[in-house]
Amino acid sequence: MTLSGLLVMLLSVGTVCILFAWCVFKVLTTPQETEKVHAVELHTPDMNEPD
Amino acid sequence: MAVAGSAVGLGNFLRFPGLAAQYGGGAFMLAYAISFLIIGLPIGWAEWAMGRHAGSLGYNSAPGAFAVIVRSRWAKFAGIIGVIVPVVIYMYYVVIESWCIGYAFNFWSGRLNLQDSRDAVGYFASFVGAGADASALELSSHKALPWLLTVFVFNFYLIYRGLSAGIEKMCNIGMPLLILLALVILARVMTLGAPDPSRPHDNVFNGLGYMWNPGKVQVVRTSPPPGAPPREVVGAEAVAEAEKEVAASSGALKLVRLSPWSQLGNPSLWLAAAGQIFFSLSVGFGVIIVYASYMKPKDDVVLSGLTASSANEFCEVALGGLITVPAAVAFLGVAGIAGQAGVGLGFKVLPLVFSKMPAGAFFGGAFFFMLFLAAVTSSISMLQPGIAFLEESLDVGRKASVAILGLLTTFGTGFVVYFTSDLKALDTLDFWVGTFLIFLLATIQVILFGWVWGIDRGFKELNHGAAFPVPPIFRPVIRWLCPGFLLGIFALWILKEILGYDLSSGSEGAVSGYVTDLLGDKSNLAAQLSIALVAAFMVFFGLITARSRAFRRAEQGLPKHD
Repeated sequence: MTLSGLLVMLLSVGTVCILFAWCVFKVLTTPQETEKVHAVELHTPDMNEPD
Repeated sequence: MAVAGSAVGLGNFLRFPGLAAQYGGGAFMLAYAISFLIIGLPIGWAEWAMGRHAGSLGYNSAPGAFAVIVRSRWAKFAGIIGVIVPVVIYMYYVVIESWCIGYAFNFWSGRLNLQDSRDAVGYFASFVGAGADASALELSSHKALPWLLTVFVFNFYLIYRGLSAGIEKMCNIGMPLLILLALVILARVMTLGAPDPSRPHDNVFNGLGYMWNPGKVQVVRTSPPPGAPPREVVGAEAVAEAEKEVAASSGALKLVRLSPWSQLGNPSLWLAAAGQIFFSLSVGFGVIIVYASYMKPKDDVVLSGLTASSANEFCEVALGGLITVPAAVAFLGVAGIAGQAGVGLGFKVLPLVFSKMPAGAFFGGAFFFMLFLAAVTSSISMLQPGIAFLEESLDVGRKASVAILGLLTTFGTGFVVYFTSDLKALDTLDFWVGTFLIFLLATIQVILFGWVWGIDRGFKELNHGAAFPVPPIFRPVIRWLCPGFLLGIFALWILKEILGYDLSSGSEGAVSGYVTDLLGDKSNLAAQLSIALVAAFMVFFGLITARSRAFRRAEQGLPKHD
């Protein structure tokens, strides 16, 4: 592994780790944010409708 | 936790390392990082915003969303790509999902004890039926078919009975466990050294170099035979040996040092990197636009999108990328990777890592089982765009829609598991749908957001309910940079891979294998039938779309229901 390879690796891995940690921090520390942040949630409203 | 859990899928641990290896590591990672920042993240935000806006008017499918945003007749037909992509990807994704549960079972039952790379490559080829068409169609635990039947029925049972929330809750426990397991495996990979002392250059350190070094060193044969593939060498000692070999070859070999910039001139690399970003973030996939349509007006789409993207990138770059490719170099060697890259790379390499771990069968089974759980949530999410489309266009209930989609995907998945020779059907669909159509849909979406819907209206919708607004720099990025970047890559890719124009020399070059599989003397029946299948689905969905009353209301800007 070359020095430039090591730098690219540290920069890439470091950036994604910091970004993910910051997002978790932001979600947990912003009031009521946990109710406003959603993922692709598998239970969709059409599942509750009668056929 | 739910956001992180839903973000993880097979793309992170299997598809990404396979592509990174296929495109040579370092330069691919540069293209990948640039693609994430300037197209993945902003187009993802655009998709979340357009989906939520369409949902506020009652439209949950991509054709409905496109029609209500553009308010023209053609838009709903462009939106069909947003149905085709997830439905077709589901048809092969569920096959890979079945490999995961099959490997997990065989690890736990002690039937998978692979000691060397030849064993691992051979077992995988036999399990998936890569030797010949229809060769995986046996009811044996060492073949894909019984696992595929189980997984396929399981997925449809969950969505037909509306039980997918249950699997989601399992994933809230399973995904942190998967990340924990991945960290344990990462620790083992980093301490592997050179597993075969007779091949000291095939070690993890050189594996990291292969993955991350921006420049490359290749040994190229000048004669004979001309055009033989170059052999890459990684590591100071291997390069020194290659220099001696070249000096002794009397001109038959030469050493070529490729800078990252020369590699970045390859449009296929950019197409693959951007395609992988889209695939793993589910951008241009037709999935986000559908799930965003179910969100409430005050939900935060900015932080939702960013958190899902960052969780994905963490799993992909910090875990998937650091485990599979370095381990592949350690076990298969740099030359060996060239022939084994692709989505199967993880199945060929990770069992060898587990064979070098204490309680390897337990860890192997647990890892592939967690991967299976992650894949189930992803595959179920791929069905929802098709379900929402059929509900909306045919005005039928959810169960009827699930039944129709079940029939279509049974046929498609059956096709993929039949044409397994060299995994040609899977590979063809993964390229033309899983890369090319995703790329096309993402391009259409960013043009819709930035130019048709309007950047001001789009950003107003995007920032509504957000904990922090999207930085203003993303306005010109979405309006100018994204479409320019995507259209530029697209044009260069067509020039090089379809028209066979060599961009570096300006002369006639080689046409992509994905194109020659479809046209000309080297055409392949499975590849041609794969494209015919996608075309048939497009025509079918197009006919339904043309007759839909809901989409006609959408074209007029009316809500779905009065």
